[in-house]
Amino acid sequence: MTDRVFGLICVALAGFFIWQATQIETGFIVDPLGPSAFPIIIGGILGLAGLYPIVKPDAPPAWPHLRRLLEIAFAIAVMVAYAMALPEAGFIAATCVAAALLSWRLGASPLKALAAGIGISVGIYAIFHLALGLSLAKGPWGF
Amino acid sequence: MDALSSLADGFAVALTLQNLLLALLGCFLGTIIGALPGLGPSNGVAILIPLAFTLGLPATPALIMLTSVYYGAMYGGRISSILLNIPGDEPALMTTLDGYPMARKGQAGEALALSGLASFVGAFFATCGLVFLAPLLVKLALLFGPAEYFALFSLAFMTLGGIASRNQAKAAIAAALGLGIAMIGVDHQTGVPRFSFGEVSLYDGINFLVAIVGLFAISEVLIFLEHKGEGEADAGKLKLGRVTAPLSMIWNCTGTMLRGTVLGFLAGVLPGAGASLGSFIAYIFEKRISDRDGSFGTGNPRGVAAPEAGNNAAAGGALVPMLALGVPGSGTTAVLLAMLLALNITPGPLLFQSNPDVVWGLIAALFIGNFMLLLLNIPMVGLFVRVLLVPPRYLMPAVAMISFVGIYGISGSTFDLMVMIIFGIMGYVLRKIDVPLVPVILGVLLGNEMEKNLRRALTISDGDWSILWGSPLAIALWTFAILGFVLPIFIGRFVRPKAAVGQAAVEEADPD
Repeated sequence: MTDRVFGLICVALAGFFIWQATQIETGFIVDPLGPSAFPIIIGGILGLAGLYPIVKPDAPPAWPHLRRLLEIAFAIAVMVAYAMALPEAGFIAATCVAAALLSWRLGASPLKALAAGIGISVGIYAIFHLALGLSLAKGPWGF
Repeated sequence: MDALSSLADGFAVALTLQNLLLALLGCFLGTIIGALPGLGPSNGVAILIPLAFTLGLPATPALIMLTSVYYGAMYGGRISSILLNIPGDEPALMTTLDGYPMARKGQAGEALALSGLASFVGAFFATCGLVFLAPLLVKLALLFGPAEYFALFSLAFMTLGGIASRNQAKAAIAAALGLGIAMIGVDHQTGVPRFSFGEVSLYDGINFLVAIVGLFAISEVLIFLEHKGEGEADAGKLKLGRVTAPLSMIWNCTGTMLRGTVLGFLAGVLPGAGASLGSFIAYIFEKRISDRDGSFGTGNPRGVAAPEAGNNAAAGGALVPMLALGVPGSGTTAVLLAMLLALNITPGPLLFQSNPDVVWGLIAALFIGNFMLLLLNIPMVGLFVRVLLVPPRYLMPAVAMISFVGIYGISGSTFDLMVMIIFGIMGYVLRKIDVPLVPVILGVLLGNEMEKNLRRALTISDGDWSILWGSPLAIALWTFAILGFVLPIFIGRFVRPKAAVGQAAVEEADPD
């Protein structure tokens, strides 16, 4: 079932890709092949190869239970929030919270997770910013 | 010999204090990366590239550090294979078969010493092979025109898909996805935007470093989250005595190591095969010719020496097509290629002429690094054993955060971080449904180059497609490409590592 859905997505994506490729406007510079031919070939390969899993699917993978999927979704949410918070809150604060949350969800006790968060953010700051001079996001407090 | 005098110049480049320190750092980090289960060479190098890049290292030192990481990871993979029965990275899978039984018999120290030595032999002779084979390949590659290059890129995709994947259709899907992603952005030849939907951030295309770190590192964190609490290292199992091997054991395994080296090197040079295939072939071949009493799989030292010589030799072999042709043969060399491209260096025959200091400095550094690795991996192996005890619940958040730091350092844009997370999710889903990631990466990396060569060829022929198979060289390349894709369907059962070992539970299908 998983493979069939995946194959269908590939075929749909291929269709969309080829359609988009035909919409590319050509500029005033032209070469014999033009900018849309190669993308159309790629779309064709994607569509053809996508048919195979529909016709002959592999055994479905073991998808995690709903609880684990929610855990993964939570981790993704943490990362997205981290990416958005980074320029606002600065490197140390944002990294500390994000690393602590991830470590907690990977099985550390809350207190240890907090310690890990502080350790990871201060450690990275010390090595990459203070020692190696990499510029990290500056927050309202300058770190 | 021409190659030898170039190599001497290379040693002059490599033997500066900065480069030696970087090589040592790379070897050290690489061994750790290889030893930690779940953090393979491609992931490790992928995370470190943005850092090397943002730190402003010039090409030669950056390349020296990262290839040292690559070699180091090949050495390190065996440590957890032998002690924990968990391969530290994909190519070390075969080492579990005899390494773990040896450790259970109380021979952990012997197994580690012997496999360290085998790694050294494999890597050393493969680097020698690189010195002589790469310039020969360069001479051949100078005859290539755009049509031949297009055929060569196709060959890389087709052999990669044919040999490395269990399902050719899925490998083709992966390649098409990667190539499709490469098409995003302004077309280099005509200047029109493609697939960017009016989003200005997409006009530059997707930065391949963002794609690589997302696909490898972020998806790894998600995979870990799914399997948390399974198979963690247990301090009780990690006892080892003195790390030495008796001379008689080494003497008995000399032939084994040399055979493993030759087979591994050949497997590495083939585009698309990589170190996993090298260790697999070396083990199977050794088992065929020297397993008289059926002791393979129960702790035969030869079963440890063969795959370790094989995978390290393959790691060196895989550098040959990457440096000489600009076509990587495996996942990690694809990642190394990404770094060269990020530094505005295009590998291939011209690299040997225009930047000989980069190539030969790198090769010299590999020789030096190899000796460092031997020292790190036999007398000091206890240090790395302790690293294995760091629980993933602290390690993986650190990996994720370092990935973010690296990507943020390149562009300072939140948009790139979001794209990286999307690639992470994509990588997770693709790994779940057994679609190999390496063709995706290769597509993202080579897509524009491939299209450029196709369009150049057709401009030369004024739109006549037959130029693509218009020379004997091109025909030969196409023949190899088709054979590489089709043959494994029929004989694949014999050369595909995972199916034969019966450890299909290992999710990755990527050659490292």
